[in-house]
Amino acid sequence: MSNFLTSSIGKKFIMSISGLFLMMFIVVHLGINLLLIFDDSGELFNLGANFMATNPAIRIMEPLLALGFIVHILWSLIVSFQNMKARPTGYNQSKNSSNWASRNMLVLGCLIFVFLVMHIYNFFYIIKFEYQNLLEVDIDGEIMHDSYSLVAGLFKTSVTYCILYVVGAILLGLHLGHGFWSSFQTIGFANKLWLKRLQVIGQIYAIVVTVGFAIIPLYFLIKF
Amino acid sequence: MDKTINLTLKIWRQNGPKEKGRFETYQVSDISTDSSFLEMMDILNEQLVNENKEPIAFDHDCREGICGMCSLFINGRPHGPDEEITTCQLHMRKFKDGETITIEPWRAAAFPIIKDLIVDRQAFDKIIASGGYVSVNTGGVPDANAIPIAKPAADEAMDAASCIGCGACVAACKNSSAMLFVSAKVSQLALLPQGKVEAKRRAKAMVATMDELGFGGCTNTGACEVECPKSISIAHISRLNREFLRSRLSE
Repeated sequence: MSNFLTSSIGKKFIMSISGLFLMMFIVVHLGINLLLIFDDSGELFNLGANFMATNPAIRIMEPLLALGFIVHILWSLIVSFQNMKARPTGYNQSKNSSNWASRNMLVLGCLIFVFLVMHIYNFFYIIKFEYQNLLEVDIDGEIMHDSYSLVAGLFKTSVTYCILYVVGAILLGLHLGHGFWSSFQTIGFANKLWLKRLQVIGQIYAIVVTVGFAIIPLYFLIKF
Repeated sequence: MDKTINLTLKIWRQNGPKEKGRFETYQVSDISTDSSFLEMMDILNEQLVNENKEPIAFDHDCREGICGMCSLFINGRPHGPDEEITTCQLHMRKFKDGETITIEPWRAAAFPIIKDLIVDRQAFDKIIASGGYVSVNTGGVPDANAIPIAKPAADEAMDAASCIGCGACVAACKNSSAMLFVSAKVSQLALLPQGKVEAKRRAKAMVATMDELGFGGCTNTGACEVECPKSISIAHISRLNREFLRSRLSE
C-alpha cells in the first residue's frame, strides 16, 4: 500500500477521492444556502442551519470534511511540485492545446483557498466561536441562532463582500468544470463515451454551482 | 500564389548533453511550399555544410509518419502547426513567406538532450521493457479465429496500437507526463485475451518505471490527445488508471 500512495496514479487517486467528497459537500452546502432566497423571513434557512448544526450525522461529517480539505490541498501541493520537476527547462515558445482551467487548477485552488479562509471567518467562525454575539430566534418553540440575519446582514450592508462572493463562485465553477470529469477519469470511470458525458455533466454541475452560489449575494444586493 | 518562400529560423543549438544550449538564427530562401519540413531542414544543413559550419542534428528516419523518430517542437507545438501528423508529414505550405519559425527539442527531464534537437527517448524503451509485452511460447502459427475477440475490443486495441512512441504527448504535456504513451501500450494488450494474463503485473510495472524515470503525473489537461499524431484518446488513460488501481487494490 505504501508504494501505491507514493506512485503518480496513487497520488492522483487521493486527489480524486477527496475532490469527489468535497463535491458532494458542495451540493449539500448549496442546497441549504438556497433556502436563503426562498424565504425572506429567514425561518426556512434558520431551520436548515439549525438542523446542520445539531444533527449527529453532520457532527461526524464535520471533522471528516476538514480532513477532506486538508488532504486535497496538501496532496495538490505535492503533486504540483513533482510535476514541475518533470520539466526543468521550459519552452521558448509554447502554444496551449488544453483549456486554461485545466492547466491552472493549482492557481484556481489557491485563490479558492483564500476565499475559503475569508468565508470561514465571515460565517463559520462566528457561528462556532462567537455565537454569544448572534441574535436568537424562536421557531416553533425551539430557540436557535439567527444565522439568517448574519448572512443576510453581511450581503445587505457590503457590496464588496457581495462581489467577493460572486468572484469566489466563479473561481469554484472554473475549478469544478475541470475537476468533476477529471476525478472520474482518474479513478478509471471513463471510456470514449463516458468521457464526453462526464465532461458535459461536469460543465452543468459547475454552472449550477456557480450560478447557485452567486445568486445569493446578488439577490440580497438587488432586492434590499 | 507564391511557389517559394523565404524564412527565418530560430533553432536550439546544443553541442552535447552537458553543454549549455542557445538559440541561433538562420535564413533560408526559395523554399518550395511543396517541400516537407524535414526537406527544408536538409536544405539548411546543406547550406551550413557548404559554409563549413556544423549542420543541425535532428532525428528522422522513415519520413512517412510511421516510425515515430522525428520530433521537433515547432512554433510552440510538437510536430508543428498541423493536426494528426508527424514532423516529416508537415508541409512548408503551412508557413507564410517571411515568417520566423522557432524550432526546439522536446523538453522533459526524462528526455535529456543529446545534441541540438535530438533528445534521448530511451525512457520509452525502458517502460516497454518493464511490461509492454506478452509472454508466449513460440511455435506454429495459431488458427486465425481460435480466440474470438469482439469487434469493438479489436478496434480499440488497434487504435491504441497505432501509437508510434514519438513522445509528442510528453512534449505537449505541461507536466511532461508519459501517461498517454503508457496508457496506449497498456490498452493495446489489456483489451485482448492474450494480454489479460499479465494485465495486473503489466500496469503496475510500467507505471512504476514511468515514475522512476522522472515523467510527471497526469492532470487530465488533454493536451497530449490534441498533439498526438495518431490521435490516441485520453480514454486510454482512464483504462490505465483502472488497470493500475485494480492491480494495486487486489494485492
